Amino acid sequence: MNNSKTATPGASQQAERTIDIVNRGLDGRYRAERRFRWYGFSAIMVSLLFLALLFFSIVGKGYSAFQQTFIQLDVFFDPAILHQDALASADYQGLIKQSLRRTFPDVSGRQDKRMLYGLISSGASFLLRDIVLEHPDVIGETRAVWVPADDDVDMLIKGHFNRNVPESERRLKDKQLTWIDRMAAEGRIEKRFNQIFFTAGDSREPELAGIRGAVAGSFLILVVTLLLSFPIGVATAVYLEEFAPRNRWTDLIEVNINNLAAVPSIVFGLLGLAVFLNFFGLPRSAPLVGGLVLTLMTLPTIIIAGRSALQSVPPSIREAAMGVGASKMQMVAHHVLPLALPGILTGTIIGMARALGETAPLLMIGMVAFIVEIPGGFTDPATALPVQIFLWADSPERAFVERTSAAIMVLLAFLIAMNAAAVILRRRFERRW
Amino acid sequence: MIILLALSSAAYYVGRRRAASLAGTAAESKRLHSRPTYYGTLTAIWCGLPALVLLGCWLVFQPTIITGLVVADLPVEIRNLPEARRDLIVNDIKNLVEGNIISGEVNPTMQAAADHYRSLEATGQAALAVITIAVAIMGLVIVNAKITPTLRARNLVEKALQYGLIACSTIAIFTTIGIVLSVLYEAIRFFNVIPVSDFLFGLKWSPQTAIRADQVGSSGAFGAVPVFMGTALISAIAMVVAVPVGLMSAIYLSEYAGNKLRTIAKPLIEILAGIPTVVYGFFAALTVAPFIRDTGSLLGLGVSSESALAAGLVMGIMIIPFVSSLSDDFINAVPQALRDGSYSLGATKSETIKRVVLPAALPGIVGGVLLAVSRAIGETMIVVMAAGMAANLTVNPLKTVTTVTVQIVTLLVGDQEFDSPKTLAAFALGLLLFIVTLILNVIALYVVRKYREQYE
Repeated sequence: MNNSKTATPGASQQAERTIDIVNRGLDGRYRAERRFRWYGFSAIMVSLLFLALLFFSIVGKGYSAFQQTFIQLDVFFDPAILHQDALASADYQGLIKQSLRRTFPDVSGRQDKRMLYGLISSGASFLLRDIVLEHPDVIGETRAVWVPADDDVDMLIKGHFNRNVPESERRLKDKQLTWIDRMAAEGRIEKRFNQIFFTAGDSREPELAGIRGAVAGSFLILVVTLLLSFPIGVATAVYLEEFAPRNRWTDLIEVNINNLAAVPSIVFGLLGLAVFLNFFGLPRSAPLVGGLVLTLMTLPTIIIAGRSALQSVPPSIREAAMGVGASKMQMVAHHVLPLALPGILTGTIIGMARALGETAPLLMIGMVAFIVEIPGGFTDPATALPVQIFLWADSPERAFVERTSAAIMVLLAFLIAMNAAAVILRRRFERRW
Repeated sequence: MIILLALSSAAYYVGRRRAASLAGTAAESKRLHSRPTYYGTLTAIWCGLPALVLLGCWLVFQPTIITGLVVADLPVEIRNLPEARRDLIVNDIKNLVEGNIISGEVNPTMQAAADHYRSLEATGQAALAVITIAVAIMGLVIVNAKITPTLRARNLVEKALQYGLIACSTIAIFTTIGIVLSVLYEAIRFFNVIPVSDFLFGLKWSPQTAIRADQVGSSGAFGAVPVFMGTALISAIAMVVAVPVGLMSAIYLSEYAGNKLRTIAKPLIEILAGIPTVVYGFFAALTVAPFIRDTGSLLGLGVSSESALAAGLVMGIMIIPFVSSLSDDFINAVPQALRDGSYSLGATKSETIKRVVLPAALPGIVGGVLLAVSRAIGETMIVVMAAGMAANLTVNPLKTVTTVTVQIVTLLVGDQEFDSPKTLAAFALGLLLFIVTLILNVIALYVVRKYREQYE
């Protein structure tokens, strides 16, 4: 009694104090709440900002590569140079030099002439050869031909060239600038859609370099990867999910697969180098080897996706199939697998997209070689699109920066298309049981 | 190959026809143990599989056997040459056979050997064709004869398929074994030249070995410490960027954000994960690194144009979605009841998150961060393009450092000889990289797996 009497006023006092304490702290707590919220929001904004920055910097650098500066030349197809019997090997460079000399009659001296010739891409002679071989009747006539300009001229026209730099540090000299300005005033310079970029293989000259060889190489690699990794991946997923007994052996396989999914890709490159190239003696730089390495790399992705797709098929389907007398294999092949297929395909596409963007293991197996020809088979030397990006990014010419960015845009377009396909597939066929 | 395929499909029809004819009319087909297609498949398997195996083995062993035969036929004086010289000659002969350019002159002995090789190859090819086709047809005939209504064809086919499935699932194991063996083998060869302790604890890394004895500045030091310090530095910078940003975005998206923001922001952040690393490398080398260098010189700091900061920053951006999606999973896995309990005690949302949700999700998040670290360590392209080659032992993020992956790429791209320690060093680095990431992964996967089960 005594106790409670003395305690009651104390308790009410304490209750008041508690609420006071709470109220006093409330403002600070709400501020902390708002601050925390703001941290979270700004974290998201930071990541989105990085994404936007990445895209803007690449598109901003690369969009101009889809255009290429061309120069109009009045070429006289001189019969004296173009001998009827050796049209393919005639001196087309000479034709271009001739017409340049005619356009600028006041240029003399060896050095000046060389500077003049430097304005035109060295690939222009191949263009003239193609014209002559296709229409032999142009011989002896003068035609206006648009030929690709040198990459430095291209950069000047696109505005990536600073004229205020001292002449000695510039790639284009004052004389060349006046010639270019004159041609521009005469309407001889024009920017056109850059067809070369999509139809040519690699080249040391930026204006002649294209991505077709790299795209073809990537395609061949992906074909090998898909043909190997899809059946093997599905088979493994089916075995582990439907048939495998739970024992140490299957546990080992499982742990293995999960680990392989997280092994750095460059280690797969080392494996490819040591096993496929040195031990089996397969050719270097071949899409076949690239595909094999990427198969080993994408297998875990496909297996994991396949297993989760198989898991999502409800047991009632399995039991119903067994109930009407299907064997286990029939149950899997006729009922479970078709139902899980959309999920497996989605995982496969995502794995393929990752394989398409992979660079490091391909460097290890020698796909960094400079390859001009467009690969036609699985054992031809080839390069892949991301490797091409890597190679161009290393080149010092300013024009290659632009082309690298453009190649990245093409690569990203492929990746976005593949991921969109995966999303659509999931939306259309995903079934909630 | 094509013939074999055709034969197998022919076998399928033969087997099915035979089964069908045994069964007689459709009404009598229940006398058969399995449906006719199974008999067909069984025949096809027996026709195709042994022949295919034979073909594979033959193609693998043929070059060795033929080379052996050719060498045995070479004149005695060549056969008694040291092994390296003999291999050179054999190589020349092979090049001669394929019509490639060969080193040295073609002498009559080699020409004869090449002709011999070519004729052996032709014989081998012909023998191969005959034998495989014979085996295929034999399989067809035997199985065809064995088909009776009581043959349990379905069970046999299913057994074969199951073995196929098992074989496929062991490929993962073989891959791991392959990685370990190949890297280990070369690494051991490296450690025969350079002692393990020098490699692990040496403070100087300059892998250029002298080709001539009098060459300057190419002593060939293989101390891996600076290389690993560089990797650690860049990974640490990456984690400093990625963990707070990734974790906070995950918290905001799962606890605060409305449905609308979530559906837009989440896939956008995931895009960051889908961008190829070579693109990040380009971004780091051409946009971020110059920006950091210019800002640094504005502030009066000497920043190297290949600073660790640029590579680490961009790598951090790359890892953000990785951290955020994993943390998102674990935050969502915390039961709602825990949150409700905290709210009922009067805690604000942020207090609930900080005091209840995060501690509950912590083991999972730590596992996710460990996985992210192992990713950062193994990341190649960003550092190859944006970080440097020089192995400086420094923790200054504005200086140039090099990483394990950069060194592997530089050592192995281009010309390589497989006996110089320079090339082998790459495999030793690869072995260390593999072991480190393996340990991180095993711990992380264990933690993640254990945690996932906790609230289920």
